[in-house]
Amino acid sequence: MPEPTPDAAQTTTVAVGAGGLATADMVLNIGPQHPATHGVLRLRLTLDGERIVRAEPIIGYMHRGAEKLFEVRDYRQIIVLANRHDWLSAFGNELGVVLAVEEMLGMEVPERAVWLRTMLAELNRVLSHLMFLGSYPLELGAITPVFYAFREREELQAVMEEASGGRMHYMFNRVGGLKEDVPAGWLGRVDDAVQAVRRRLPDLESMLVGNEILTARTRGVGVLDVATVQQYGVSGPIARASGLDVDLRRDAPYLAYAELFGEDGPGRVVTRTAGDCLARLEVLLEQVHVSLDLVEHCLSVLGSMASGPVNQRLPKVLKVPEGETYVATENPLGFNGYYLVSRGDKTPWRLKLRSASFNNVQVLTELLPGTLVSDMVAILGSTFFVVGDVDK
Amino acid sequence: MSDVSDVTHDRSVPLPMPRVGPVGEHAPKPIRVVLNWGRRYSLWVFNFGLACCAIEFIAASMGRHDFIRLGVIPFAPGPRQADLMVVSGTVTDKMAPAIRRLYDQMPEPKYVISFGACSNSGGPYWDSYSVTKGVDQLIPVDVYVPGCPPRPEALLHGIIRLQEQIAGERLSGRAIAERLGGAGRLGPADGEGAAAPRYTAHRTGSAAEVTRARVEPPR
Repeated sequence: MPEPTPDAAQTTTVAVGAGGLATADMVLNIGPQHPATHGVLRLRLTLDGERIVRAEPIIGYMHRGAEKLFEVRDYRQIIVLANRHDWLSAFGNELGVVLAVEEMLGMEVPERAVWLRTMLAELNRVLSHLMFLGSYPLELGAITPVFYAFREREELQAVMEEASGGRMHYMFNRVGGLKEDVPAGWLGRVDDAVQAVRRRLPDLESMLVGNEILTARTRGVGVLDVATVQQYGVSGPIARASGLDVDLRRDAPYLAYAELFGEDGPGRVVTRTAGDCLARLEVLLEQVHVSLDLVEHCLSVLGSMASGPVNQRLPKVLKVPEGETYVATENPLGFNGYYLVSRGDKTPWRLKLRSASFNNVQVLTELLPGTLVSDMVAILGSTFFVVGDVDK
Repeated sequence: MSDVSDVTHDRSVPLPMPRVGPVGEHAPKPIRVVLNWGRRYSLWVFNFGLACCAIEFIAASMGRHDFIRLGVIPFAPGPRQADLMVVSGTVTDKMAPAIRRLYDQMPEPKYVISFGACSNSGGPYWDSYSVTKGVDQLIPVDVYVPGCPPRPEALLHGIIRLQEQIAGERLSGRAIAERLGGAGRLGPADGEGAAAPRYTAHRTGSAAEVTRARVEPPR
């Protein structure tokens, strides 16, 4: 609010009354069932007029106790629960579990499985990003983009389903590889789907990039600086939009990412420096292109690869030797880590989950204060979280 | 500071007996057919999206599956304007009071589809300490759609089954009371005998009953 000039102040005091503009804080609850929270996140906002004074995310409405349930499931069953916390990137979630178990067992995964996993993980990343590219404009009041985003999602979900049998929860990873080899001719189907998505992606992009309304709602809104990003452990596209150049695919390569992000590989880390809502959306958009590049590279590698095994023969009772490990992977929304402690049983003694959205949502306490209520939805949507990933 | 605004602090409010108008209740069969026909193809839906299944619900509302062609309209501004509630996703004990409360806000006649294994029975979280084992412990459910998550086609099938049910329905105060169970029950403060005896067929808890005390963080 601009400072009133002395003249204006004199005239307004008469109108307002002796006390001037007395304001009282108002507490406003957003959620737990609110369309903008796409899920059941609850925010307790303290308002002074239209300005947010304090914001407190109240989590736990989706707490399903997955970490405790991991302890009573054997290593094959854990994958069922693991791919459900971040339901938009089920493949990435189950990947972390099997990588941790494989590391503890010292198990070597067949090369074909490594490349297939990499490709499926990238397809899953595109699926997750498309969801947010559709839902974020929806929250800002643009209904059309979500239809375009879901058209591409259906296209890619179809090929994922042809391989794994699932539209969302693929259950395709196994300790030591994949459940089974992909169907004959499937690589060609993936190629067709990727080309179709590439061809039609400009339709979606043209509605977002350079859109006057969207730019007005997002540019300079909810600016997140690098120091706060590091304090709160924010990761993924949100951190990169603030200029933090970190991506586990390049910095701590797993699967085939060392080659993809190596010298003259197609992989590159997308960053922005503005740190506002628009930058976060732009990172997401560009990452879709990068992921499609990676999928195409994987396709060319797999196409020239001789057929071979995609999994290991496992014992009937799978026991993991005593010890502990931490495996982190780059999920679409950020770091997804599993800290696995085994006491040599067929179930883990403890499997701690470090999920991306949990940290990304906490930063709302820093992001929201000082902004207006009308910008709240724009900022909330741009933190790209999945409530299951917050509450576990 | 803001205990007033906290949804967990919820007292049971005696609700009036739900009823339909005398025209609807005693309408001759041809009129009833027309009324039912009108109702089954204009189901304003309130999506209680909770988890993974909500994504498949959205997929069902998009271009490829498009449940709007079945007359299901996903633009209800809130529960007070909705005819159908689709509970899609895991219901947790913390969420339960809100679900019951929003269901109570819906006007009669109202229907519920439980979408997915979690809201049917707890699903893969059947042995979790924090998950409600089925939304039918809170509200009466008309159609259960199985799957984890169910395909959008499964939701379309569930909707068609619900529409078949509506088509054969005779709407009366008694029918609603039987379906609602405990919803209109009066609180203990209203004295003995205040509860309507008809409200016992499907006994479900009120929002206050499914609320647990707030857990204080350890010091």
